[in-house]
Amino acid sequence: MNIAISASGLTLDAEVNPRFGRCEQFIILDPETMQFKVLVNTGQSAGGGAGIATAQHIIKEGIGAVLTGNCGPNAHQVLTAAGVEVVTGVSGNIREAVELYKSGGYCPSSQANVSDHFGMGKGKNR
Amino acid sequence: MIVSIASGKGGTGKTLVATSLARSLIDDYSVTLLDCDVEEPNAHLFIKPQITSTEEIAVKVPRVRQDRCNHCGKCSEVCVFNAIAVLGDTVLTFPELCHGCGACSHLCPRQAISEIPYRIGTLEKGHSGGLEFAKGELDVGRAMATPIVRKVKQRPPGEGITLIDASPGTSCPVIEAIKGTDFCLLVTEPTPFGLNDLSLAVEAVKELGVPCGVVINRAGKSNEVIEHYCQEQDIPVLLKIPLELKIACLYSEGFTLADGLPEWKARFKQLAERIMELTGERSCNTQR
Repeated sequence: MNIAISASGLTLDAEVNPRFGRCEQFIILDPETMQFKVLVNTGQSAGGGAGIATAQHIIKEGIGAVLTGNCGPNAHQVLTAAGVEVVTGVSGNIREAVELYKSGGYCPSSQANVSDHFGMGKGKNR
Repeated sequence: MIVSIASGKGGTGKTLVATSLARSLIDDYSVTLLDCDVEEPNAHLFIKPQITSTEEIAVKVPRVRQDRCNHCGKCSEVCVFNAIAVLGDTVLTFPELCHGCGACSHLCPRQAISEIPYRIGTLEKGHSGGLEFAKGELDVGRAMATPIVRKVKQRPPGEGITLIDASPGTSCPVIEAIKGTDFCLLVTEPTPFGLNDLSLAVEAVKELGVPCGVVINRAGKSNEVIEHYCQEQDIPVLLKIPLELKIACLYSEGFTLADGLPEWKARFKQLAERIMELTGERSCNTQR
């Protein structure tokens, strides 16, 4: 099944985006062939509930897993309810992250790894 | 006449001003004080009201009947707050994001959504020495203060003066508190922080079309920071409360300025009269 990676750029050479709900785009990738496409994240501009909007948006791509830096409680709930594996703590080069995932180097997370609105710290680093 | 008391920066003295004003005017006017700082109401500490009624406040959130739902996703499409998500054969609702607009319920093609109450807080009403009092309080853990502010303000139009103690800042609950009032008294302090947040509050109040005036609390050597700004913006500075130890002591013991230092009663009455002049309010409408 396809996997989605929150992306800071438009290619596999870009960095993994540390935020799930409000990242600019996702790379939707077939791990077998490494063919991919870029999906613009419409949930990014949500006034509230960005995690929920983003999760619903990418679930429609028929993915089996999400690789991201941080995932909040609402997004995690939606993804899990849809049967999507959530892998947090992913960072660095997207291509390398995917290879590490394929070789079993990442464990899926059973819960959100950050609290709500984490990536919107307004300089408070919370 | 309805006067809201707001600030911008927190801790400038909104409640000091609101409660002192209330206590100063009670001799000559019919006065109601509404504590709309629903996340941390504190006016009751100074007013010490006798509470005569408590009512639970709830917003309406969706409940989906699984036997009628066909997971078409229409509810999720129409919800602008992302409070309802449809995935495969599951529907998830997020009551803390729901604004109670009713769109999902109304537009569900299978009438599978009913609206159920979701408690968010309380409204207490009471009185103290002839002063009518009401206080809204958001439950700990709940996210949405605005519906409670709305409920506190919902009263039959009355005679006399209504004072609304708002929260600090310029977010939604503050806007709800100031909206529709005849005048907004902005309490500030003569510091750069005070000025910065005052200017944000002034912008908000102008957007709402509510006339305003400023009270400088803890006034002292650096008042010109605020006075200069007010002059530029053509906003009247209506009162200055000095930085004085005896005022701080009084307040820390739960007394308003009117109770502890009677000379302030006259000053607050004058403040009210100035506001009435500025709003073109005929004082005989509000007087006892």
